[in-house]
Amino acid sequence: MPGKILERDEYTAIVDVMGSRLKIGILLTPDVEVGDWVLVHAGKALQVIDEQFALESIEAWKLINELREQGVIDPTDR
Amino acid sequence: METQVRAEDRIAQAIEKTKDPALARELLREVRRLAEKFLEAHGRPAAFMEVCGSHTHALAEFGIKYALRDVLKLLSGPGCPVCVTDQQEIDAMIALADGEDRIITTFGDMLRVPGSRGSLMKVKAEGRADVRVVYSPSDAVEIAQRHPDKQVIFLGVGFETTIPVLAAAVYEAESLGLENFSMWMSGKLVEPIVRYLLDTGETHIDAFILPGHVATILGRKGFLWLAEEYGVNGVISGFEMNEILSSLYILLDLVLKGKAEIVNNYPYVVREEGNPGAWKLAEKYFMPVDMAWREIDVIPKSGMGFRPEYAHFDAKKRFPVTVGKPKPTACRCGEVIRGLIEPEECPLFGKACTPAHPIGPCMVSSEGACAAHYKYLRQ
Repeated sequence: MPGKILERDEYTAIVDVMGSRLKIGILLTPDVEVGDWVLVHAGKALQVIDEQFALESIEAWKLINELREQGVIDPTDR
Repeated sequence: METQVRAEDRIAQAIEKTKDPALARELLREVRRLAEKFLEAHGRPAAFMEVCGSHTHALAEFGIKYALRDVLKLLSGPGCPVCVTDQQEIDAMIALADGEDRIITTFGDMLRVPGSRGSLMKVKAEGRADVRVVYSPSDAVEIAQRHPDKQVIFLGVGFETTIPVLAAAVYEAESLGLENFSMWMSGKLVEPIVRYLLDTGETHIDAFILPGHVATILGRKGFLWLAEEYGVNGVISGFEMNEILSSLYILLDLVLKGKAEIVNNYPYVVREEGNPGAWKLAEKYFMPVDMAWREIDVIPKSGMGFRPEYAHFDAKKRFPVTVGKPKPTACRCGEVIRGLIEPEECPLFGKACTPAHPIGPCMVSSEGACAAHYKYLRQ
């Protein structure tokens, strides 16, 4: 999931993931800055990613949620 | 609310919901056209394998696999880390949970995986063990901090995407000087298993849809060996409908031209070099070790385990578990993960083995091929 860095300290950051604030680790991406977009996996930022991609990806996630709600995609999945 | 969409309608509905349905329709047409061209030229459909559970799921979920079934063979490979874990190791992880002095922590997928005698969920439900699902291995480190009187063990199952995250948790435990945290390390590496599949030649594979998130760590560079040594194409793909369709288009174009290339079709996330810092941290604590894969013999250096100097974090060393050879069952997960059979060819599929009563990990894990087939491709 893509998340936007809102705050950071030495090893952790607060990210906005689709409107939710999450605390994640940034040990694997020590150079991230506030405002950067990152790919989050198992509570850690894995990579800084392109902002445009992040925004498009969020749109896609919203669509997937919509598909699940409509039953096109199994809502109980994942 | 509609709960079951017919497999043949799934792609049309999924296309309409993409941001650019016209592009999705065009891509699907082009993929079909090139797939037919290959079929005509070679007298058989092209066979592409995905080695990422999220791709397996997306191909089924969006209806792509079904829509192209007559012209393109899409094989699910060893991409789900839980599914490829050897049964004896699963049994050992479940046996490890027995003991009042310890807390077992794990990602959710592991909970329901059947061992020879029950699952982690069963031992938890019976009150025989303290098993906790965590979102991140770092949460397990926090649990260890809060319970200094208990041994906290994290079950570290994952590919290259997850291995640096596991290393980060060990780093945190080391920084905190924790003596009651350890990890049962069962890291898997993509390259050795793909080499195994190609070397044995038991499955004919024309090209690979390469795992986007593993490539985030390894970079495009981490897959060049595939084209250079084997002359096999690969495309690093994202997970949305148009990303997957465009990846299929790229692969068909390459195999038709007879080229061998590794294309990064996920460039906004995957860099040429990947994230070398993350892998360096992984290599600080872990090193390649021989690893048994489900229903495959041990493949040399195909896993990641602790370096000897970090044995104090190695649950395999600290809490040795002896389990016997598992009794063979009719489950054919081992053949599913090698692309030898489709899930429907297993005699248990959809009968004795369902998501509610899974016999094998491929039906348990959200990334498993059997679970994807059961949900989206059953006729």
